[in-house]
Amino acid sequence: MASASQTAYQAARTGSWWTQVVPVVVILGGFGAYATWRAFEGAYFWAAPYLSPFYSPLIDIHHRYWPYSPALLILGGPLGFRATCYYYRKAYYRAFFLDPGACAVPERKRDYSGETRFPFILQNAHRYFMYVAIIFLAFLWHDAIGAFRFPDGFGIGVGTLVLLANVILLSLYFGSCHSLRHLLGGKLDCFSCSKFGGARHSTWKSLSFLNEHHMLFAWASLFSVGFADFYVRLVSSGAIRDLRIL
Amino acid sequence: MPNVTLRIFRGDRESGKTADYEIPLTPGMVVLDALHYVQKYQAADLAVRWNCKAGKCGSCSAEVNGRPRLTCKTRMDSLPQDKPITILPMKSFPVIKDLVTDVSWNYKVNKKIPAFQPRPGTDWKMWQKDVDRVQEFRKCIECFLCQNVCHVLRDHDKHEEFGGPRFFVRIAGLEMHPLDGVSRTALLKKELGLGLCNITKCCTEVCPEEIHITNNAIIPLKERVVDEFYDPVLRLVRKIRGA
Ligand code: SF4
Ligand code: SF4
Ligand code: FES
Ligand code: FES
Repeated sequence: MASASQTAYQAARTGSWWTQVVPVVVILGGFGAYATWRAFEGAYFWAAPYLSPFYSPLIDIHHRYWPYSPALLILGGPLGFRATCYYYRKAYYRAFFLDPGACAVPERKRDYSGETRFPFILQNAHRYFMYVAIIFLAFLWHDAIGAFRFPDGFGIGVGTLVLLANVILLSLYFGSCHSLRHLLGGKLDCFSCSKFGGARHSTWKSLSFLNEHHMLFAWASLFSVGFADFYVRLVSSGAIRDLRIL
Repeated sequence: MPNVTLRIFRGDRESGKTADYEIPLTPGMVVLDALHYVQKYQAADLAVRWNCKAGKCGSCSAEVNGRPRLTCKTRMDSLPQDKPITILPMKSFPVIKDLVTDVSWNYKVNKKIPAFQPRPGTDWKMWQKDVDRVQEFRKCIECFLCQNVCHVLRDHDKHEEFGGPRFFVRIAGLEMHPLDGVSRTALLKKELGLGLCNITKCCTEVCPEEIHITNNAIIPLKERVVDEFYDPVLRLVRKIRGA
């Protein structure tokens, strides 16, 4: 709109904006490739008492109804939750769509519709993926607690700690979700005039505190879930032996 | 102190180009001081809008080395001095002259927003916990840097269909007000194009008042729009309740 030309603005912008974009492309792309390979692999997901988070909950393990990898049956839940997450949306719109690549970096001109048309209008379903995520979290907690139960009784191995750290980080990621913050308190205009207003206000405050760190939890839990699967695969395939601490 | 070169846009709505001015640096100098130096000694006709020089009036917005900033809050010693420092007018608004832009489009958007209207029979008592959230939004100084950086306006020129982050902040302050009785969610979806925002957070990055525009205003408003227009279960609940 201004009469200083687009090139003048382009030239004026100092600093290399792509340094923010490249790590996101590499990490998200790398994780995507690893997770796809592992989901299709359909093997090395169980090393008693550890279950890989990519395969939890484990459905039709004996292939009675589903001939392919059981991970493919459940992949949609966590994938949808992350893909529609407000933080990841920011990250991939910037890194993969350059929409914008970084702030005040000129974009290519085209028909832009943001999140008003298919497919991005589907982002509005994030809360439904959040409901589904509760079920997944319950299973992952069940698995993490199960990771203390060795064939010879109670114990702690490195894998136990890996699965426990993973489910804690995933819970923090979940707890800092914007839709959850809205549902449990943010949607009220007046806390003091609503039913359970006091409790909802304090819940909303705590969730807001977590929410400020949503980006951190998003990345930390992405690493932890990938690492937990990798660890279970190493143990299950016999590449390493799990170290028993207790 | 060394000299530095300022590369300033000179021109009007139709045309213009940058011109270089060499000025001596002084301790504690901000970009607005440097512009005033140019005005005083080298180009008396240089147009710069400013008022408070204290980061509170929101008048002195421009783009310093390609980044939208308040010129009165940008210290010269925070910028590399071995190269010319470029100062351009805000890109998303028409230039009046040099660094002064016509921001009147914002006032037109503002007029579309229904003002605060108390609920019928309002008890005029408010608790701090109910207004905590809203107070953040009241910090806005209307510098329009967020409007300027937002790619929906800056690159896609959606001025007709989009209200912009500054007005999402204002609406969030009204929608979350404990005593307000008007709903602005339909306005947000249909006229102010909230869905065009793809939450990429540049508005938050540039806000000199450090308002968490995206996390605390835009995303909660998006969730309210989902409540009203995209959530089939809530729609059913509303139907059953006859609301
Ligand atoms: S978050 Fe939305 S309103 Fe803010 S700059 Fe980005 S697209 Fe614009
Ligand atoms: S929200 Fe921040 S950046 Fe936007 S106009 Fe207000 S003070 Fe300026
Ligand atoms: S906003 Fe990121 S998980 Fe909900
Ligand atoms: S002159 Fe008032 S904000 Fe800069």
